[in-house]
Amino acid sequence: MGDFLLVTIQVDMHDQLASALQDDLTNKIAKVNAKGVLIDISSLDIVDSFIGRMLANTSAMARVLDAQTVVVGMQPAVAITLVELGLNLSGVHTALDVEKGMEMLRRHIGIPDLDEDNGAQD
Amino acid sequence: MLKTETISVAASGDIVAVRHAVRRQAVKINLSLVDQTKIVTAASELARNMLIYGGGGEVTLEVLQEGVRQGLRAHFVDAGPGIPNIDLALRDGFTTGNGMGLGLGGAKRLVNEFNIESAPGKGTRVTITRWR
Repeated sequence: MGDFLLVTIQVDMHDQLASALQDDLTNKIAKVNAKGVLIDISSLDIVDSFIGRMLANTSAMARVLDAQTVVVGMQPAVAITLVELGLNLSGVHTALDVEKGMEMLRRHIGIPDLDEDNGAQD
Repeated sequence: MLKTETISVAASGDIVAVRHAVRRQAVKINLSLVDQTKIVTAASELARNMLIYGGGGEVTLEVLQEGVRQGLRAHFVDAGPGIPNIDLALRDGFTTGNGMGLGLGGAKRLVNEFNIESAPGKGTRVTITRWR
């Protein structure tokens, strides 16, 4: 995977586990000098405000550490619910699946001069 | 009212148990996947509120039958400090904790019926219903 970290969330996480993942991931980004992080949430059948905030925080912390985060695989029912709940995950880049997320990261890292917003569309 | 199930919420792992129980009942009455997701998410928010602000409490689930239609109702009852200003608490972005202030208002948007009773010192009771 080179400069990327791939995280697949496969269990229904309780809040402390979600917080621990956020911290672990942030530490790992610094430790391995990752340039991109892919978080696969295709196994999650809900994203509530806590998990949503964890994704937004992780993405913000990664950005400060010079890494780009892409959240991939959100189920349509989860997306519908999330928006109705009031969470729009602004600032979090998303892609349909791992492959498209990887493309997004490669584009972002391959062309360093590219404006961040052009490199990854929500 | 067809059947009830009660889950006590005293730790963050219990929120997961509430999500699973609500999902199980929602599947049983054949709610659509989107509606299942909505009521499970609403329940997750309300169970967390109950734990953080109410010091924990109990969730009771009921399957409703009204003529030909079925519904799932969940009660969230705590004996915590209560909510002094319910209108304010329902407003998006308002929080007395460190969350995002989406729990109550967001949960309300995700269900067909939403009822809240609370007063300082009297605890809080929130009831949500999603009909098929």
